[in-house]
Amino acid sequence: MAEPKTSKSNIDQNVIEITALNKWFGNFHVLQDINLTVSQGEKIIICGPSGSGKSTLIRCINRLEEHQEGKVVVNGTELSHDLKDIDAVRSEVGMVFQSFNLFPHLTALDNCTLALIWVRKTPKADAEALAMEYLERVKIPEQAHKYPGQLSGGQQQRVAIARSLCMNPKIMLFDEPTSALDPEMIKEVLDTMIELAETGMTMLCVTHEMGFAKTIADRVIFMDEGRIVEENEPEKFFANPEHERTKLFLSQILAH
Amino acid sequence: MNTTDINYSKTGKSRPPPANTVGLIGWVRTNLFSGLLNTCLTFISCYLLWLIIPPLLDWAIFSADFTGNVGRECTTDGACWAWLDQRIEQFLYGFYPAGSYWRVNLAILLLFPALAYVLFENLPFCNYGRWYSLAYPFLAAFLLVGGFGLEGITTDKFGGFMLNLVAGLSGIIFSLPIGILLALGRRSKLPAVRLLSVTFIEFIRGVPLITLLFVAIIILQLFLPPNVSVDQLVRVMIMITLFASAYMAEVIRGGLQAIPNGQYEAAQAMGLGYWQSMRLIILPQALKISIPGIVNTFIGLFKDTTLVIIIGLFDILGQARVLQTNPDWMGKVDHETYLLAAIFFFVICFSISRYSINLEKRLDTNRD
Repeated sequence: MAEPKTSKSNIDQNVIEITALNKWFGNFHVLQDINLTVSQGEKIIICGPSGSGKSTLIRCINRLEEHQEGKVVVNGTELSHDLKDIDAVRSEVGMVFQSFNLFPHLTALDNCTLALIWVRKTPKADAEALAMEYLERVKIPEQAHKYPGQLSGGQQQRVAIARSLCMNPKIMLFDEPTSALDPEMIKEVLDTMIELAETGMTMLCVTHEMGFAKTIADRVIFMDEGRIVEENEPEKFFANPEHERTKLFLSQILAH
Repeated sequence: MNTTDINYSKTGKSRPPPANTVGLIGWVRTNLFSGLLNTCLTFISCYLLWLIIPPLLDWAIFSADFTGNVGRECTTDGACWAWLDQRIEQFLYGFYPAGSYWRVNLAILLLFPALAYVLFENLPFCNYGRWYSLAYPFLAAFLLVGGFGLEGITTDKFGGFMLNLVAGLSGIIFSLPIGILLALGRRSKLPAVRLLSVTFIEFIRGVPLITLLFVAIIILQLFLPPNVSVDQLVRVMIMITLFASAYMAEVIRGGLQAIPNGQYEAAQAMGLGYWQSMRLIILPQALKISIPGIVNTFIGLFKDTTLVIIIGLFDILGQARVLQTNPDWMGKVDHETYLLAAIFFFVICFSISRYSINLEKRLDTNRD
């Protein structure tokens, strides 16, 4: 990419530090000894077969999932049972979901302003102006007053991205943002994400869009059975995967 | 792709639909005569209506007696409405002092704006209106019971349809918030809160309302200190409200369970706290889904207010019984008094039902 990456300039500033993370669902050991450090402005793509724990991993970063062992430090705050810490982390971390999770009883604009007004206590007029700015950035200002049910999947996901950006997060998490979309709509969402990447946002993205991964990723992480199997720069990851499991996975998703 | 392919819609003008599929003819065809079975049903229904409606109108209006001082003076085959003159006030106000009827009327009149500000959007002075609606129950209580300068009227004077309205409305107003809290409590992560909610709901649902009313009137007095007495009507209102709340809680819990987990997660990820996400995200959706069940509970509650008759309060059905056993009218007014009571209940319940349909349409955010 031509764009200079902020990660290269202040690589020492780690915004996420995960050490020896373990998590179980009942008896199922879903995350096993995960170590991951993400520096400011880095773009990380996480891929792997379903059930490999990739969604669970990024959901541990904003405490949608609670971990049982290890340490997760986000932006200098360690996640514990302390609700204040959790709130502090969540206000720095935006999340985009596979199923959009827009609030269906609110218009696109109200979806964006809700947290600004109620969490940040921004005055309504300022919140709406800011929300419109972000809706313009994702190129759907004209849909601001429609309800999610009246928008296409791609438009809904872009509203969801705008909604997260409104909170001015330092880190954005994407949990398979294009998996629920029609092929024609995947591109509009990926373009939005590429533009976001160019602004220097720190991004962790679970996705199987390998073309997209090659475009923006600083690192690609491959997970299987709750472990990080391989972790590399995209050029090396796609050209010379080290592990047999990675080769098999790549051959399967790149086959068609 | 060829551009002419894409622009195919521009080449042909859209035509209006065939004449026999729209308008009155279209409506009759699709709704009354859309097939052999439906045509048969239409004719059978018309025949049944012909059998029922003309004789009913004849009895109730055309052959009815409207004048007279006692039942014997009703001599025709039709209904005897002569009692309306003397008795309608008891049917409406019970034993409330006649000189103070205006207080009841005023309370009912003031109810309409209070309801309007809760039920409809975009009314003038909306902000003040909501406060007025909140203050209304206290205002109404002051008007009906008196005090602060107004002559005091004890609640044992309450009766007739006014008693049904007072008990029903207070039940409707208070059972919804209590029901919401119980529903949230039943889904709470805190074991104590959950246990308390479940126990309350299951106990109240497991006992007939009549039993609860007896408990409120008779047994409760045994446990209270002798110098403490809670007004009978208040006890009844509390029991009816609690009874409806238990049902309401389960209706709303159904709505809560229909909300996908993603909604909770999105609210959490945006940093909303528990009460904020409930109030702003979850409850608006859950209550919308629950509207048919909530309205069902409201209507059931309103009709259950007639049960107060068995603990010696004379609501509209009580007044009907009084008149039916009055020697002057005995044997002449059995159907008429019940019909009047039925009409009163039907008007209120049907209005509630129509409003709820209107509300569902207004809240439907999937329309284009």
